[in-house]
Amino acid sequence: MDSLLPILPFFITAILALFTRGWVRAVIMIGTPIIAAYGIYNLEVGHTLNATLMGFELSPIRIDRLSMLFGYLFCIAAILGNIYALYHKDTMQHFAAQAYAGSAVGAVFAGDMLTLFIFWELMALTSSVFIFARRSDASLYAGIRYLVIQIISGLLLLAGIVVYYQSIGNLDFNHLGLDAPGAWFFFLAFGIKSAFPFLHNWLTDAYPEATPSGTVFLSSFTTKVAVYALARSFAGEEILIYIGAVMAFFPIYYAVIENNLRRVLTYSLINQIGFMVVGIGIGTELALNGAVAHAFADVIFKGLLMMSMGAVLFSTGEMRGSELGGLYKRMPKTAIFCIIGAASISAFPLFSGFVSKSIIVTAVLQEGYYGVWLILLFAAAGVFHHAGIKIPFFAFFSHDSKHSETAKEAPKNMLWAMALSSVLCVLIGVYPGTFYSMLPWPMDYMPYDTTHVLTQLQLLFFSALAFVWLKLAHIYPPELKSVNIDAEWIYRKLFPKSIYNITNIWSLFYGKVQLQMGQLLQISQYTTTQFFGADGFLSNFRSLGGMVMWVAVLLSASLFLYYL
Amino acid sequence: MKNKKYLFDKPKNVKLLIRALYASCFVLFTLDLVIDRHIYHPWEEFIGFYAFYGCLSCVILVLIAREMRKVVMRDEDYYDIKDIAVDDLRTEDENKNQGIEEKKKEDLMMTGEKVDG
Repeated sequence: MDSLLPILPFFITAILALFTRGWVRAVIMIGTPIIAAYGIYNLEVGHTLNATLMGFELSPIRIDRLSMLFGYLFCIAAILGNIYALYHKDTMQHFAAQAYAGSAVGAVFAGDMLTLFIFWELMALTSSVFIFARRSDASLYAGIRYLVIQIISGLLLLAGIVVYYQSIGNLDFNHLGLDAPGAWFFFLAFGIKSAFPFLHNWLTDAYPEATPSGTVFLSSFTTKVAVYALARSFAGEEILIYIGAVMAFFPIYYAVIENNLRRVLTYSLINQIGFMVVGIGIGTELALNGAVAHAFADVIFKGLLMMSMGAVLFSTGEMRGSELGGLYKRMPKTAIFCIIGAASISAFPLFSGFVSKSIIVTAVLQEGYYGVWLILLFAAAGVFHHAGIKIPFFAFFSHDSKHSETAKEAPKNMLWAMALSSVLCVLIGVYPGTFYSMLPWPMDYMPYDTTHVLTQLQLLFFSALAFVWLKLAHIYPPELKSVNIDAEWIYRKLFPKSIYNITNIWSLFYGKVQLQMGQLLQISQYTTTQFFGADGFLSNFRSLGGMVMWVAVLLSASLFLYYL
Repeated sequence: MKNKKYLFDKPKNVKLLIRALYASCFVLFTLDLVIDRHIYHPWEEFIGFYAFYGCLSCVILVLIAREMRKVVMRDEDYYDIKDIAVDDLRTEDENKNQGIEEKKKEDLMMTGEKVDG
């Protein structure tokens, strides 16, 4: 029972959230992650809970330093998200949020693949609620697309488990490597959820359609569980380095020209996961620590950025950069929190991104992947460009918009959630030692040395200089009402269009065939009637007696032939 | 309230901010000449490598992104049109089907008349 303490409270609270209202529910929602975190604290590293189900040896709870760190992280994300979500009274979302957080915690503590699969699917189901909860046509369709892709990921995982169990005979979820039986199924399943290139569009499609608080939860859990699963099972696979490098750099281009600011953040989410995937691919203890640390920092600063954009959406009902601007006049506190989040994601010294991202970059350099290192440097400059400058600039500054007259500051609970996240971002950045001591593997790493601080500041300030120059020279692409074609075009445009075209051609063809057949039938019917009908040729002047005579003639002829 | 001047409503403040950025860039660049950095990669020896790299990569990023717009940018309702278009075409399709059926009926009537006649 003690072993279930990290997970059970979330599910109990999910049910309690259905029946309670007002401040009672608020207290329960804020209290639960604290109880869960206390539950994790009480469990010892190395602890496992074993169970047997239908002949399968399962270990639903397995505690090690890696899962513990993610457990704590998800408790923090849940508490911040819950505080942020108190502004609405949508019971369905509150229920889903607790169940979603519980599933994420359950997934990282799962010691066997079957338990992992169950929580994997539970996460898919509960998270889709946040998208449907927007209750618009766009969110309905986006939610369905999201759910379909999440379920595909789950089915791939299940297929992998079946293949693996057939040849290995146990379900323990440990390091797999790409040579293990069924490994590619696992790889694809995890790859979909961690938004590998060409598999990434569910994220940029669905997250911006979710509710303001929903996107905060979504950006915290699903992708981070996938990162955890990759770190657990495919650490050190070289292919991940290159996949991660592509993930770190290609979404930046989309982020620069994207108009929907929450979609810009989803592209930068992929960019950040790219850094983590590179770290996992390198697979040294330093690199893995970097990947995990960056996942930790990312949940908080990306959550903070999503919160600030959610507050803007809540206040103005608008998320398109082309329609926003000048909001610092009406929402100064949100603007400040957004800038703190932006500084963290851009890895400014003294903010959380700096102490986590630099571990990965150092590990890449140490292992001699210089090409990847250059790409990561480019990605680091690019993320400052699109997330660090673009998000706050177009939402809160830039030109005045119609909303800069009417918008209201975010509700108190949102401000509290953003304030707490900001404090965490700064605390991690200023006191990295405590943060590093929580990481799964021992490492000897010091983020604050002159070289590192100086080079990072140079990189960032000169990126800002480039932004200012491009903006003043009117080269910077203006925010335009538009969408940009991405890999999703294949299933959102090509498939429906080709299916439509095929059915269209078929129905035309089929219509013609029907018409021709109909006419043919008509003609034959007409001719038959002409000959055999009541007024037909054969009925007009032949008498009954004549017919009988002819029958008699034919019969006798055949009789005659028979005896011949 | 409406006439209240905010921080960046005054062009002077904007100018000040931009000048502060120029100044910090200058200071950071000169610091590069003074401070002896650790070098992991030969390119890092190049004075102001990070400054140039940061600046150039952002300019190139934006220039490529601008060009990309010509290829990938579509109207805001690009994907919506699909839905409407499918509906429209579906109704067109149904119309066509209806048209075919009506024509068939007419044909039937025609032949029927002939039969009856």
